[in-house]
Amino acid sequence: MDIHEYQAKQLLAEYGIKIAEGGLAYSPEDAVQRSREIAGNVWVVKAQIHSGGRGKVGGVRICKNHDEVAQAAEDLLGKRLVTLQTGPAGKVCLRLYVEAGTDIAKELYLSFLVDRAHERIVMVGSAQGGMEIEELAETNPNAIKKIYIEPAVGLQDFQAREMAFILGLDASQIQHAVKLVQGCYRAMRDLDANMLEINPLVINTHGELLALDAKMAFDDNALFRRQRISELRDKTQEDPRETAAADRGLSYVGLDGDIGCMINGAGLAMATMDMIKLSGGEPANFLDVGGGASAERTEKAFRMVLADENVKAMLVNIFAGINRCDWIAEGVVQAVKKINMKVPLIVRLSGTNVEQGRKIIEDSGLPIIMANTLAEAAQKAVQARNEVVARQA
Amino acid sequence: MAIFIDKQTRIIVQGFTGKIGSFHAQDMINYGSNVVGGITPGKGGQTHLDRPVFNTVKEAVEQQGAEASIIFVPPAYAADSIMEAADAGIKYCVAITDGIPTQDMMRVKIYLSRFPKEKRMILTGPNCAGTISPGKSMLGIMPGHIYIPGNVGIVGRSGTLGYEAADQMKALGIGVSTSVGIGGDPINGSSHRDILEKFETDPETKVVVMIGEIGGPQEVEAGIFAKENMSKPLVAYIAGLTAPKGRRMGHAGAIISSTGESAAEKVEILKELGVTISPTPSAMGETVASVLAKL
Repeated sequence: MDIHEYQAKQLLAEYGIKIAEGGLAYSPEDAVQRSREIAGNVWVVKAQIHSGGRGKVGGVRICKNHDEVAQAAEDLLGKRLVTLQTGPAGKVCLRLYVEAGTDIAKELYLSFLVDRAHERIVMVGSAQGGMEIEELAETNPNAIKKIYIEPAVGLQDFQAREMAFILGLDASQIQHAVKLVQGCYRAMRDLDANMLEINPLVINTHGELLALDAKMAFDDNALFRRQRISELRDKTQEDPRETAAADRGLSYVGLDGDIGCMINGAGLAMATMDMIKLSGGEPANFLDVGGGASAERTEKAFRMVLADENVKAMLVNIFAGINRCDWIAEGVVQAVKKINMKVPLIVRLSGTNVEQGRKIIEDSGLPIIMANTLAEAAQKAVQARNEVVARQA
Repeated sequence: MAIFIDKQTRIIVQGFTGKIGSFHAQDMINYGSNVVGGITPGKGGQTHLDRPVFNTVKEAVEQQGAEASIIFVPPAYAADSIMEAADAGIKYCVAITDGIPTQDMMRVKIYLSRFPKEKRMILTGPNCAGTISPGKSMLGIMPGHIYIPGNVGIVGRSGTLGYEAADQMKALGIGVSTSVGIGGDPINGSSHRDILEKFETDPETKVVVMIGEIGGPQEVEAGIFAKENMSKPLVAYIAGLTAPKGRRMGHAGAIISSTGESAAEKVEILKELGVTISPTPSAMGETVASVLAKL
């Protein structure tokens, strides 16, 4: 789960990380109120969306007076920002963070990630901050250093010091840097985060270390014990279809193709989508209905897939293990009758009680296209989709 | 024997008396697995499915000689159950539970690594379908009837895609020595590579099929291991050709976060390492058949 910059900064501030003075705004009036509260003569109005790369698309505005703050807020609120990370649909900006301007002497990079290969948290730092880390990794990989943290004993001060030297800090800043790095690690560990990025971490003209931007993401599997974090969830930043699916216990990812999919198991779902592509089609979605695909769940899944107006054919591929094909067939027949499907449906059943399952579908008299194998199912789905497109043309 | 489990392996079920634990324990007993009891703290001394219930894994090991364990404990408590099994001297543990926090798994891995190698429990999963040595023993939630005994080892992340492979092989009359699910989580007990190492030393296994997916470095590591250390041929299929970068495809671990983690890149690297690739998910059976034919 992702959170906003301002939320991440508030969390980090509790762990002793210094941030610029700032406040949240939902309207231009709010924004001006915030800038009046914050001392100084430069303010930064920042669009709060779940994406990096905001600065490049005008999502971060530097303002020299309160009128400019109002204007920036007017421009940004309600706007859809399309960054390199959001995809073409973009993300809508409904909240602003108004912050005191910072006089930057130097920009650094610091992040913490879960490293799968090493099975521990890794701390990544660079004296060259401000740019995307992927970009830096390509242009100057030697400028990025990693330090791995042993989970049982946690981050040691010598490692935090090493990071401070990697960041190029001078002797007077080391103690403060160690505190900051330790604070980040504790936030990561105590809140079950799987990513924390401060880019840039800046040294201001007074020589202080400040988190100028902050990004955090959390382990969905740990939210049950991090109630405070789960309350930070902002559904306006998520794909509404994926959110609706997750709320129904289904796993859904919307894609750009037009063949809708309903499959049990994540691996088989990916494989079925591969097969569609290899047969000349494009999947409209990933959808894993999970192990216990009851009739009710099947119907919900059908509605979810068909809510996507691009869908021109639908493929159901179920390998019944603990499930039974006859139960699934009944669920499919029920769903089709209830929903009044307008696109062709291809069903492939395999596994436990497959014969009974096929019979239920055949006896239903519904125009369902049956397939025996994965390859046949994908081919029939692509063919049905092509026929629909030809008819519409 | 096959790897990890055979007919004699003495099995206990952690989370024995719960709904899911009971259902699958019964299914394993029906298959012929040697289930000798189960654990539900607070219900020790009772009998469930005609087998004794214990409060702790330690008691089950002492009184029933338990060697292998399967875990159906909910995600919040599963890491604790895994460590309890390791401490009690269980040799092989399958964690079925889906949804264990990543940092819990980090602690589990460190905990396991503290045991000297000869006393260290082997863990597969979490978030997997389990392990089956067809015709001998089933320690999992898979439909046992789709596997026939034979000489092909299967290792995979996904449950149902593993079933698909076994089913394609069965249709061609090809049997399985052992099928091992390593699970769809980012941090798991055993990697593809760990399982290949076991298959390499198993006299019953002649060919190994690895069913991988997008995300993480494990498939490539396994390919390197196979090239450097394996005499047996390795067949692989990598799922997720259509998966966009940065989106999680169901499994917590199925996400392309950096270079080399997409299906196309993994396939390219594995090919260079001499692994035989199944070009489509529906060709897994034939690809194995063609490799077997060359032996």
